Amino acid sequence: MSTVVDDIHHEEHHDHKPSGITRWLFTTNHKDIGSLYLWFSLIMFFIGGAMAMVIRAELFQPGLQLVEPNFFNQMTTVHGLIMVFGAVMPAFTGLANWMIPMMIGAPDMALPRMNNWSFWILPFGFAILLSSLFLEGGGPNFGWTFYAPLSTTYSNDSTALFVFSMHILGISSIMGAINVIVTIMNMRAPGMNYMKMPLFVWTWLITAFLLIAVMPVLAGAVTMVLTDKYFGTSFFDAAGGGDPVMFQHIFWFFGHPEVYIMILPSFGIISAIIPAFTRKRLFGYASMVYATASIAILSFLVWAHHMFTTGMPVFAELFFMYCTMLIAVPTGVKVFNWVATMWRGAMTFETPMLFALAFVILFTIGGFSGLMLAITPVDFQYHDTYFVVAHFHYVLVTGAVFSIMAAAYYWLPKWTGHMYDETLAKLHFWTSLISVNVLFFPMHFAGLAGMPRRIPDYSVQFADVNQITSIGGFAFGLSQLIFLWLAIKCVRGGEKAAAKPWEGAEGLEWTVPSPAPYHTFEKPPKVE
Amino acid sequence: MAENQSYYVPASSPWPIIGAIGLGLIAWGAGNTVIDMTNEQDGYGSTVLIAGIIVMAVMLFGWFRDQINESMQGLYNEQLGNSYKQGMSWFIFSEVMFFAAFFGALFYARVIAVPWLDGASNNAMTAEVLWPQFVAQWPLTKTPGGTETEAMGWYGLPLINTVILVVSSVTCHLAHVGLEKDNRKQLTAWLAITIILGCIFLYFQGAEYIHAYEQLGLTLQSGIYGNTFYLLTGFHGMHVTLGTLMLIIMFLRVLKGHFTPDNHFAFQATSWYWHFVDVVWICLFVVVYVI
Repeated sequence: MSTVVDDIHHEEHHDHKPSGITRWLFTTNHKDIGSLYLWFSLIMFFIGGAMAMVIRAELFQPGLQLVEPNFFNQMTTVHGLIMVFGAVMPAFTGLANWMIPMMIGAPDMALPRMNNWSFWILPFGFAILLSSLFLEGGGPNFGWTFYAPLSTTYSNDSTALFVFSMHILGISSIMGAINVIVTIMNMRAPGMNYMKMPLFVWTWLITAFLLIAVMPVLAGAVTMVLTDKYFGTSFFDAAGGGDPVMFQHIFWFFGHPEVYIMILPSFGIISAIIPAFTRKRLFGYASMVYATASIAILSFLVWAHHMFTTGMPVFAELFFMYCTMLIAVPTGVKVFNWVATMWRGAMTFETPMLFALAFVILFTIGGFSGLMLAITPVDFQYHDTYFVVAHFHYVLVTGAVFSIMAAAYYWLPKWTGHMYDETLAKLHFWTSLISVNVLFFPMHFAGLAGMPRRIPDYSVQFADVNQITSIGGFAFGLSQLIFLWLAIKCVRGGEKAAAKPWEGAEGLEWTVPSPAPYHTFEKPPKVE
Repeated sequence: MAENQSYYVPASSPWPIIGAIGLGLIAWGAGNTVIDMTNEQDGYGSTVLIAGIIVMAVMLFGWFRDQINESMQGLYNEQLGNSYKQGMSWFIFSEVMFFAAFFGALFYARVIAVPWLDGASNNAMTAEVLWPQFVAQWPLTKTPGGTETEAMGWYGLPLINTVILVVSSVTCHLAHVGLEKDNRKQLTAWLAITIILGCIFLYFQGAEYIHAYEQLGLTLQSGIYGNTFYLLTGFHGMHVTLGTLMLIIMFLRVLKGHFTPDNHFAFQATSWYWHFVDVVWICLFVVVYVI
């Protein structure tokens, strides 16, 4: 039965953990659920990564060598879906679960049982999605954006499984986001007012709002795909008065905020790590909050920049072009603030900081190529080329994934009670940094020269650049195994970590011992 | 913000993982049911779907039973009540966005897609090349592909249903007022009337569908007009069904003597949900039926 623990001393001496498998199945503990999310996301990262390896192996040479085009399409589709919904989003939710209650001085998430439900839906959702790959005719092969009519008229039988797995993954995300918002709004310790919250909490608050606003729209989009394909409706069929372009509008109304869902928490992480290793307070805290909010609001007004070549009235193209370029302003504020934080700081370069620095530089490259893509007439040339692939991998891999790595290194001592192996971590960083640029930078040139994306074969003039890219890809994939080894090693043992292993770190999470006790803050701490 | 009080952290529970299994079975079963139907083959999709629904029903029953017991034991505090209220509000917001997708589709089809097919804006050649005979109109009673149907009027059943739902929102509120004033008689009577109105609404909605299919030839395959009509009213109808079930559960709990004037979150959430369903209907009545 439930317990109300009202004696903090009592709790400190009896840090009792339930044991066995039911601990993980029935848990209501935000730290357990956070760990489940993080491990799940790491597994998905490797499964999605293995698919990327298939893609890069096929593209190592022109011509068809290893896989059928249909299977290649399934790989690009499922790689995208897994990385977006299985790797990056659960990793952020895991970080939110672990850190937000500790950062705001709460004992747990606001709705702990729903929290467990949100997590456990994920394995089932992905089991359904992945199982469809083994059916006759294969799994989804229409790209992660599942544009109609590829996903309706021309898709294979298993599309219904894709649709319903998206539905339950969406339910999981919405419940996770509701939990985060309610936790932040309702569970802050006395004195922790909004403008004192760590930026990771702020960025997640705004991310959670975006999730609740757009995941239902995705549910609507997949539902229309389902009825169009199986029940004879014509939402996306001009013969019935619908329009395939409408699919793109609905999808990207979800899709663009979704892109920011995958980067705003990164901003929060970087805003925690850079001050810690420069031993200075974050420059421009309030402007960071307002910039995040501006990005979120603008994210609802830019969706059609994914569709410049699809066809729109000129005024719409201009509207979406200018709104998109406007996003560079708040993003620029953020990059400026991070650099200003480092200005004259007493910097040291432990692994979290290295990943954070790489994030600032490489994410900015991805941001700039995004700015290029925002310019409508220029986009007419770049659209659906490898330039776009380079752009979003710079923001998602060297952006989102690097920030998740930075976060993992930064908080591993708090999670496990052990310091990670700094030598291995540096090795992981440098191999990742070099290989990721060998992997994605040449894609810019391939794209500018006109190489189309999502095609298993290509013209021979792209052979050299693809070979370099593939070598970078294999190296990046292998580098991530270092992280897996390091993470397992760190969980199993290592040098004991102090409550606050980083000299310049700030925040309530560093006031509790490492590893963080199973229950923290059952009495709210006092925040000055 | 948290008062300086002890927090309540619920004990671990088997229901969430059972709920996840239930949802997984429903998703897998529903997907395979649809695939089996299209291929006209017998599969075990529908069996799995039904199993999933049963698991979900058991889960909901068990989870809410535990929840009600804990609440009745006085384990919950005010902060948890606030969490529930906020959680419910955000859930309703997510539902609003779900309907927004379909309202958006209706808007896009009506204002952009259909006129463009008839050559509006700079699409003269679209009309010329694709379907030169096509005439844009709304309701779209003849699609470019040639499917014909009749439009559903707004008077008669839809108007009656609108009145029923608006009145039910008022009666639901009166029941809530009765609860807050601790007037159990008022609570029970108005709640019963609300449930009856909900059931009448659903009955009329069913009658309207039969009328549409049999007399008007308005089906799910009747082009974008029929599509938006059925998906909007259909999803709304599913929400009314859920809302009515919730009201019935509240009614049974009221009969068992649950709820006090200052502790009745479940009732409040149900009432919010019912008002939300009502507001969706008013928007729907205006844009789907009237204009």
